[in-house]
Amino acid sequence: MTTAQPGSARDTILARVREALRVPAPLPHMKSHAAEEAAPAGPASLTILPVEFARPWLPDGGDTPEACLAILTENLGKLKAVVHRAADPTAAAAFVADLARDRGWQRVAWHGHALVEPVATALPCAAERIDAGAFDKNALETCDAGITACEALVAQTGSILVSSATCGGRALSILPHVHIVVATLEQIVGTLGEALEDVRARHAGRIPSMVSFITGPSRTGDIERILVLGAHGPKELFVVLVG
Amino acid sequence: MTPATSTAAPHGTFEAADPHDAKKKFLHDAAEHVRDEGHRAFVRKALGGYYASRDTQKARYRDWEHARDAASLAKWSAVNRLDELLPKFVANFERNGGRVHWARNAEEARDIVLGLLRAAKAKAVIKSKCMTSEEIHLNAAMEKDGYGVVESDLGEFIQQLRGEPPYHFVFPCMHVRRDEISDLFGKHLGTPPTDSPEELTMIARRHMRRLYVDADVGITGANFLVAETGQISITENEGNARLTAALPRVHIAISGIEKVVEHLDDLAVLLPMLATAGAGQPMTCYNTLYAGPRQPGECDGPAEMHLVLLDNSRTALLADPEQRDALHCIRCGACLNVCPIFKNVGGFTYGTTYQGPIGSVITPHLRGLADWNHLSGASSLCGACTDACPVRIDIHHHLLHNRRNAAKSAPSRLERLGHKVFVMVASRPWLFALGGAVFRKTLWLVKKLRPPLLRDWLATRDLPPAPAASFRSQWRRRS
Repeated sequence: MTTAQPGSARDTILARVREALRVPAPLPHMKSHAAEEAAPAGPASLTILPVEFARPWLPDGGDTPEACLAILTENLGKLKAVVHRAADPTAAAAFVADLARDRGWQRVAWHGHALVEPVATALPCAAERIDAGAFDKNALETCDAGITACEALVAQTGSILVSSATCGGRALSILPHVHIVVATLEQIVGTLGEALEDVRARHAGRIPSMVSFITGPSRTGDIERILVLGAHGPKELFVVLVG
Repeated sequence: MTPATSTAAPHGTFEAADPHDAKKKFLHDAAEHVRDEGHRAFVRKALGGYYASRDTQKARYRDWEHARDAASLAKWSAVNRLDELLPKFVANFERNGGRVHWARNAEEARDIVLGLLRAAKAKAVIKSKCMTSEEIHLNAAMEKDGYGVVESDLGEFIQQLRGEPPYHFVFPCMHVRRDEISDLFGKHLGTPPTDSPEELTMIARRHMRRLYVDADVGITGANFLVAETGQISITENEGNARLTAALPRVHIAISGIEKVVEHLDDLAVLLPMLATAGAGQPMTCYNTLYAGPRQPGECDGPAEMHLVLLDNSRTALLADPEQRDALHCIRCGACLNVCPIFKNVGGFTYGTTYQGPIGSVITPHLRGLADWNHLSGASSLCGACTDACPVRIDIHHHLLHNRRNAAKSAPSRLERLGHKVFVMVASRPWLFALGGAVFRKTLWLVKKLRPPLLRDWLATRDLPPAPAASFRSQWRRRS
């Protein structure tokens, strides 16, 4: 089987795969019977998705909007992200403007979005707008902070879902030293599964080239397993919740 | 990965010069490491925090054991339908604008990447953590062709400067003390000494920022390939993979063919479990799905995205239905973290790309049972690895399976003779009694003479004192 066959590497590998799978493998050892019932006649007969099984077993994401908000806030706090509640866009803009003044920021980058624009226009420093079309990545590298919207906030894990299509591309949420997310309470979902479902529904025709779950500020434990924030991505993450 | 600035290894070499010497190297390095109490204590301490945070995070699951069933099912159904899902993934990935390159072995994979670098006229390459690139020894091949490459993951960067491969496939430099890192950075980057992990991390951060912006090619790995959407998923904590896939003009990802999952939703189970099992986190900091290069209307991202799909004997493992589940592995590293052997012999002793229990299972399949069967013995068969595995791979039984397969394919004459003698003696009660009587009388002589056959065994063990009478005679007296 490993002898050279005529044809491309693709054909050889796929032929090897087909040949290898002629003998079926048993179901893995499992604790539950539900899983065995899911695929009674081998993997091709799998009708219930693993995520449907797993839903009641994974960490809780909350059943009501209030519960989701409480879990989200607690998880973000443990991840060392800062959550700020703002009554309206003006209050959100005031919070970020104060932050910029306190830190002495020179330049902040943002992208055109209904939630981000009022915040960006109230900044006391230079504001670099990044939108469709080329931008200078050297300039972005020198920015103190990036402000973006998000696709969803996930209570279950404290994650922020961003995409290249709706959150200012790939670099804005990762290159500046500080990342500020402006979101509404309606954007909070319970679980990772719901967030993925939402993003798929929203971009039914074409999924964005990058979809990223951000779970806290960038971190590393590579030196003696001691947690350090700000390895390569943002050292600080602010979540401004409007509403 | 051996840059010009390689430093001496603390214990022996990382890989035996001749693959047939892999066993000799393992035994030698294991003996040395086990004697190094300082090293063992350091590794134990580093893992102490992991155990605590892993247990905290596992407790947040409403039922971790059942969640393992779901994770295992997701991988089982994908691996066992690779013939259908692999072409489906490729079709969707290419529809998104990415290009797929197939590599039967390490050499083909290296040639593909080098060809892509030539076509891109690459001057500077930045790389985020990618174990398949370690497997195919990509960095050495790139350096031979004159391409400079920088590992951006902090642990991998430290290992690159040290001239060492990763010690642990998730925590590459967990064996290195902060003062050694401070000296290393002082030597290579000219930075002042510090004993703060925070400051050391910031040195790497400052050093790397311009490199992301200036690189024209970024190389990453992939944790999952999502068949139904054609996305690749990359899990990381530092943000270096995000930057690597955002700023350079060309993105090259390298992945084993077994990383396919069918549904996007499968990640809702696999991503949090990968983080909890492997690092004691609720989620790894960045879990990112890439669907091809920059799309019209997007403001940045690479103009080209390439994916190298690597077989390199994975199909040989796939052809073994008994051990096929070893391909379910999501490389969380949990089995290394709990393994008494790993903790005592250390990561380099294995001499493999994938260390620890899962490495001991798959390496004989990837690189030949004849030279690598000794890894099947690198286990106490305690089963801690199997218990820790989030996708329920039957790791310690597979080590037994490999032992059995090795005994079948190349039986040891001495072992066979030993078993024959035992069967002959044990099936004749009178001979068994006679043998026992002789052994009880001569045990002191064995201890004294240390015959060559037992010398290795006796070097670390004491024989018990000989009993005065056999069990059978004691039993008779009792009744």
